[in-house]
Amino acid sequence: MTEEIIIAGFGGQGVLSMGKILAYSGAMQDKEVSWMPSYGPEMRGGTANVSVIISDERISSPIISQFDTAIILNQQSLDKFENSVKKGGVLLYDPNGITHPPTRKDINIYKVAATEKAAEMGMAKVFNMIVLGAFLKVKPVVTEEFIEKGLRKSLPERHHGLIPENLKAVQVGKEIVETVNQL
Amino acid sequence: MAKELKLMKGNEAIAEAAIRSGCDGYFGYPITPQSEVMEYLMAEKPWEKTGMVVLQAESETSSINMVYGGAGAGKKVMTSSSSPGISLMQEGLTYLAGAELPCLVVNVVRGGPGLGTIQPSQADYFQATKGGGHGDYQLFVLAPATVQEMYDFVFLAWEVAFKYRNPVMILSDGAIGQVMEKLYVGDYVPRWTKEEIMKISPWATFGKPDYRDHNIITSLELDSAKQEIHNHKLQAKYREMEEKEVRYEAIECDDADYVFVAYGSSARIAQKALQLGREKGIKVGLLRPITLFPFPKKPIAELSKRVKGLLSVEMSAGQMVEDVRLAAEFRCPVEHFGRYGGMIPTPHEVLEALEKQIINRK
Repeated sequence: MTEEIIIAGFGGQGVLSMGKILAYSGAMQDKEVSWMPSYGPEMRGGTANVSVIISDERISSPIISQFDTAIILNQQSLDKFENSVKKGGVLLYDPNGITHPPTRKDINIYKVAATEKAAEMGMAKVFNMIVLGAFLKVKPVVTEEFIEKGLRKSLPERHHGLIPENLKAVQVGKEIVETVNQL
Repeated sequence: MAKELKLMKGNEAIAEAAIRSGCDGYFGYPITPQSEVMEYLMAEKPWEKTGMVVLQAESETSSINMVYGGAGAGKKVMTSSSSPGISLMQEGLTYLAGAELPCLVVNVVRGGPGLGTIQPSQADYFQATKGGGHGDYQLFVLAPATVQEMYDFVFLAWEVAFKYRNPVMILSDGAIGQVMEKLYVGDYVPRWTKEEIMKISPWATFGKPDYRDHNIITSLELDSAKQEIHNHKLQAKYREMEEKEVRYEAIECDDADYVFVAYGSSARIAQKALQLGREKGIKVGLLRPITLFPFPKKPIAELSKRVKGLLSVEMSAGQMVEDVRLAAEFRCPVEHFGRYGGMIPTPHEVLEALEKQIINRK
């Protein structure tokens, strides 16, 4: 199994940290992992993206241009990456702010209203974990047990008190993910 | 040795390795894409744990000369920077090589020329392996392709630097510096005591004992006859490195008709292109130089006797390809494929280049 993922959105949405938690969780589950950020002159409000690979085998290139899954959190990123999803792959997006939804018919498309749900529940800080939960429902590349271990390893100890809220957000994401197009 | 699993960026791995390998001092100046090296060191505060000094100098020129000072005292000292900063250090590097001072310099290469871009590149190959500064000298150049190698090569760098009394460069790039991968770290190696330094580096200026004359560290010798003798000594050292210290990895070369030659990030991309090629039934291998100086001439010469072509894949306009051609001595076609200015080739592009430039060449 090799899963090549791009997570893309606005800086400040927790794109990089979501990728990091996913990578840590994979590592805890004894997978090979890589996390490659775009490190241009990015800033809060600008776009940010990270490629994460989780694999049972040694990872050749951590730099990828075609993805098994694209997790998309804004329109610019959708425009940029929709066509980079491999045929038969997965596109998961948050419809918040999306004016031109994805149109491809040769990929599986899912949406998760994470922004809306996070605001409704007063959980804005764990918005990205709602998205992660939705992804894991669609593609269970790591199991829940290891998400918790990944959080424990990636968060500094002073933030360990926030782990239950993060895990709750993962559950919420799993519950609210919707299918838009299934092959 | 106890092995502990971490997930780290390549730049952070360099810093962690510095602390764990008993480094005495790091002197640096921030520049993207390697600023995490010093950031990590400053956050870890190794001066409280091992006594290692971490100092932000006022410029790269200053940091390389601080390295000269520390190395002269027989200490394990290092600096890191990225391309424009490394250019500023060239004077210091040739002085270090001339004075035969062991040290570690890490270059996390970005696109050039000039201030260029902050994205990954391999366009500093010539600078690293063919001098860079003036005079006949060589750095020992290591090219890591993984975060684990970023870590491991710091330990290897000290070993080689002190064995040969020569500056070692780790030539990395923005991609390996920024990517986060699994990393296994080992136990802490204690910093050398003064007694150990006196034994390991009796030439160092750690204070004059009664039993010998002053140790003098200089790269200046105005008597040309003596300077030539000094040059002979340096050349003999470089030849010994070529004899004993060549390192490379050969991947699926045994049955290969065609072989990619690539180091660092490009080797990772070429490996993926190799997989794509094999899926299409093309027997392709990968030769990954780990030491860029000394360059793996012999394995490339051997390959050139039996393969149908070699493709040098670099994030440059064609630098290492010259060494590949010299090693292959026109026994088989040698071509170059590169993206540059901060652009990274895709595995598909690399495979396509092999098909177009070598397999279907006219």
